[in-house]
Amino acid sequence: MTATRISDTTQHLPQTLEARNPGMPLDLDWVRRAAANTSAIERRVAALPGRRSVKKDHQAAWLCKAISCIDLTTLSGDDTPGRVARLCAKARHPVRPDLLAALGMEGLTVGAVCVYHEMIAPAVSALQGSGLPVAAVSTGFPAGLSPFNLRLAEIGASVDAGASEIDIVISRRHVLTGDWQALYDEVRAFREACGNAHIKTILATGELGSLRNVARASLVCMMAGADFIKTSTGKESVNATLPVSLVMIRAIRDYFDRTGHRVGYKPAGGISKAKDALIYLSLIKEELGHRWLQPDLFRFGASSLLGDIERQLEHHVTGQYSASYRHPIG
Amino acid sequence: MTIKDIFQSMDYGPAPENAGDALAWIIDQGARFGHFIDGDWTAATDDFLSQNPANGETLAKLSQATPEDVDAAVAAARKAQGKWAKLGGHARARYLYAIARLLQKHARLFAVLETLDNGKPIRESRDIDVPLAQRHFYYHAGMADLMQSDLPDREPLGVCGQIIPWNFPLLMLAWKIAPALAMGNTAVLKPAEQTSLTALLFADICQQAGLPKGVVNIVTGDGPVGEKIVAHPDIDKIAFTGSTEVGRKIRTATAGSGKALTLELGGKSPFIVFDDADIDSAIEGLVDAIWFNQGEVCCAGSRLLVQEGIADRFHRKLKARMDRLRLGNPLDKCIDVGALIDATQRARISDMVDACTEGETYRADVDMPVEGHFYPPTLITGLSPSAPLMQEEIFGPVLVSATFRTPTEAVALANNTRYGLAASVWSENINLALGIAPQLAAGVVWINGSNMFDAAAGFGGLRESGFGREGGWEGLAAYTKPKGKTKPLAPVEGFKGKGAPDDALDRTAKLYIGGKQARPDGGYSRAVYGRNGNLLGQAPLANRKDLRNAVEAARGAKGWSAMSGHQRAQVLYYIAENLSARSGEFASRINAMTGGRSGAKEVEASLRRLFTAAAWADKYDGQVHGVPIRGVALAVKEPVGVIAALCPDDASLLGLVSVMAPAIAMGNRVILAASEPFPLAATDFYQVLETSDVPGGVVNILTGAHKDLATPMAGHLDIDAVWSFSSTDLSASIEHESAGKLKRTWVNNASARDWSNDHTRAFLEASTEVKNIWIPYGE
Repeated sequence: MTATRISDTTQHLPQTLEARNPGMPLDLDWVRRAAANTSAIERRVAALPGRRSVKKDHQAAWLCKAISCIDLTTLSGDDTPGRVARLCAKARHPVRPDLLAALGMEGLTVGAVCVYHEMIAPAVSALQGSGLPVAAVSTGFPAGLSPFNLRLAEIGASVDAGASEIDIVISRRHVLTGDWQALYDEVRAFREACGNAHIKTILATGELGSLRNVARASLVCMMAGADFIKTSTGKESVNATLPVSLVMIRAIRDYFDRTGHRVGYKPAGGISKAKDALIYLSLIKEELGHRWLQPDLFRFGASSLLGDIERQLEHHVTGQYSASYRHPIG
Repeated sequence: MTIKDIFQSMDYGPAPENAGDALAWIIDQGARFGHFIDGDWTAATDDFLSQNPANGETLAKLSQATPEDVDAAVAAARKAQGKWAKLGGHARARYLYAIARLLQKHARLFAVLETLDNGKPIRESRDIDVPLAQRHFYYHAGMADLMQSDLPDREPLGVCGQIIPWNFPLLMLAWKIAPALAMGNTAVLKPAEQTSLTALLFADICQQAGLPKGVVNIVTGDGPVGEKIVAHPDIDKIAFTGSTEVGRKIRTATAGSGKALTLELGGKSPFIVFDDADIDSAIEGLVDAIWFNQGEVCCAGSRLLVQEGIADRFHRKLKARMDRLRLGNPLDKCIDVGALIDATQRARISDMVDACTEGETYRADVDMPVEGHFYPPTLITGLSPSAPLMQEEIFGPVLVSATFRTPTEAVALANNTRYGLAASVWSENINLALGIAPQLAAGVVWINGSNMFDAAAGFGGLRESGFGREGGWEGLAAYTKPKGKTKPLAPVEGFKGKGAPDDALDRTAKLYIGGKQARPDGGYSRAVYGRNGNLLGQAPLANRKDLRNAVEAARGAKGWSAMSGHQRAQVLYYIAENLSARSGEFASRINAMTGGRSGAKEVEASLRRLFTAAAWADKYDGQVHGVPIRGVALAVKEPVGVIAALCPDDASLLGLVSVMAPAIAMGNRVILAASEPFPLAATDFYQVLETSDVPGGVVNILTGAHKDLATPMAGHLDIDAVWSFSSTDLSASIEHESAGKLKRTWVNNASARDWSNDHTRAFLEASTEVKNIWIPYGE
């Protein structure tokens, strides 16, 4: 059932299927042992763009890959069905058809559309037949401080409305006070509520205080059964960064080594340039390997990234630098 | 391959840097080069080729410098030096600044040329070598400006002969030339014969900067050219970076020549990982430690020491990381490991690894280029400390690994080496990491990092990794000397006689070893007479066995080095107190031996020296260098260790105290050979030491013939430094004999020192080694 959904969304790929992460009992020894040396992590990510570089056709292909991994997102108080319909149209056709034809990449779509609960229905209807999943942010997004029973209920309502991916926010206070059991229990409960929908746990890393906390929270969320771990709501003052990403994907790698389950990764917020997207993809390739470079295990949570990639792709096709007005808006 | 194919495979694809401009520069020069002497190029003589190690292509024809070429270069440097020094620091700063700017303006040209010539990845030449070289010139432009105000007592050495290796051609050039020029020296530099091109491009830059002719001279060629430089009588200082083997030869060749010498040699640097480390970051640190520059790095973290409990997991993760390294065309921007310098080096590495019969060898599962001198990243686990590969420098992309149980064992394994260049310590525990750093025998320690360099922090090693520092304030000592003229040393002799003692009660002077009076092993003594020929006493003749015993005692007194400066000061004051109480007796003894009347003055000066050294004991502070990281580089002053010194013959008490006091104030343990003609003040002095709470073994006193003690001192492998202030000029034999262990030496080269002046500063400097501990921080 899950498998069907994934293969539907990415029918242009030779999709490999993953069993969902069932989670595991909370292993506090492992959590407390997690280490993250900030300076060394910063050095690694600072050196990476100089170590890896993709050019010409490879760059174009990598940018198409980035598009296929975008959760095209609108999370604004003024979202309307019309606005969401426009976004969904862009999700189906993220790049001008003549450019896709020139690239030989016809049929390319983004990975998913990500909206608030009230916009799920319009999104589902606008994406009818595309196979593209709708992701909904949930559990009192972005602060996650509404009553627990309401947060659980919100998940249920969103799943009922047709969301196949639920982006939950964790209670940051559990991390900040080191109450790992509470965090584990909370995510466990959210996962139950998600049923067959995939659960992405948003750590709000910009509010966790340290990379070590990011590492520990990542492990706890995966132990509690997260399908994806995600950096940010996009509403914190600091959202996805490369150091945070490195810590989270190393936690994913350790979790895979230990359990054999692949958990996905979603950096969200602050990634707006094609060049940044390439660096993220190379970081994933280097640290997690090729298998994670598929939309079932990697997503960009982004709203303006697509526009920059479109301009770069036109440049690749025509040799001329592009302008934003030449590409249809979402 | 279509875009759709790549979309599936997500390969990196080729990303080559364009070599066009660099090749065009070579062609513009005719693809053949002479030497750069006196601001001009000599005619090219096409003696050997410079080749690209990644594909064997010839880049240019180079000239082998003749002895006449070297003479011409030295003569040009000599002629230019006086004027260059007189220009003043600020004027020199402007030239150095111009060079830095030009290096920056031509940064990509230098980077591409370096990669073509050396085979290192363009990522490294572009992001590391060239920026660090620029930084060195900027930094030393500043030092030139500050010389007058902040180093008022120092002056240039003169003409510097500089010989650099092939692993960091431009960067080593910068490390040598920038400080030399800043301090008012001129230079004759020989790049390695494999990698001369960036040095020749640098000569071009010197012309563009309008540098006065003769200030920088570049001669190319192989070993014999270097030998000619080393042996040249008109060169004042030799600076060498390269192998320990060649370093030893240079030490031998320059022995007794009076040339200043700094050597930056090989290493087998430990990379220590504790079980609480961020393991993934430590592994990435290893990539930078041993697979940086194909492992052709003197300070490569080539000896992994990992705590036993995490070793299996660590090695498993490490192997997975190795498999992701990319080997290939060094000009490709996606390459981690480039080509080795030449076929010889590749064969050497390959032979060493093949000869290893212990442990388990893992070669990275990577695509290997079909042409060029490449060697796969290799890990050898499970070696015992006695395995040759745990001890010998491989100078290639080969990491050896062993495990330890405790911090103490980690330190013991780390220090179980003839080298002492660098070390890395990985732990998230600040107490552990900062506790380990001071215990490591290394000139540079990186906490949770590796291969961090900056012009502001000194770089250089201990033991057979050489001596001297490059970079920082500490590096300027290698290119300056104290101002002032020296006088030749006159031999000092005691009186002859036959008489009987004035005082019939015999007092037996003995050696003083390990806090105890000891009879000489040989059982011989020498009579000491006064002016009227009367017998003043008998001084024992120490031999090499007595020296051996003294070294063992000194080695055992390591608690002294761990004591606080305050505690050591208290002991020094107490020595002064007890000497003062017996000042009349010492004055008479000195007067009796020398037949003079200055004894009281000498005792008084000795008391002052003791007080001065006591004052410095807790004040000779290190520095915090402003390196460009979020963190600090602590330049810590550590004691040299066990120092053996031939004390001055003329000032029998004051000389001994002047040598001893600063050395022990800094935490060293000393073996002092007393004034040869006037030994009895020293043998009286041990009674003062005995009553002054000086722990046994901290000060050991021998008497006897300096020339008989000098050679065993210089040759003893457990002595860290040998000093000679003897009136017998033993400089040549000490420097010659010290080459075996590349021991630090400080000899007088037959020039005199007026001991009534205070030389404490110079002694403090010689009594300490600067260790730079890099501590990146931030949560």
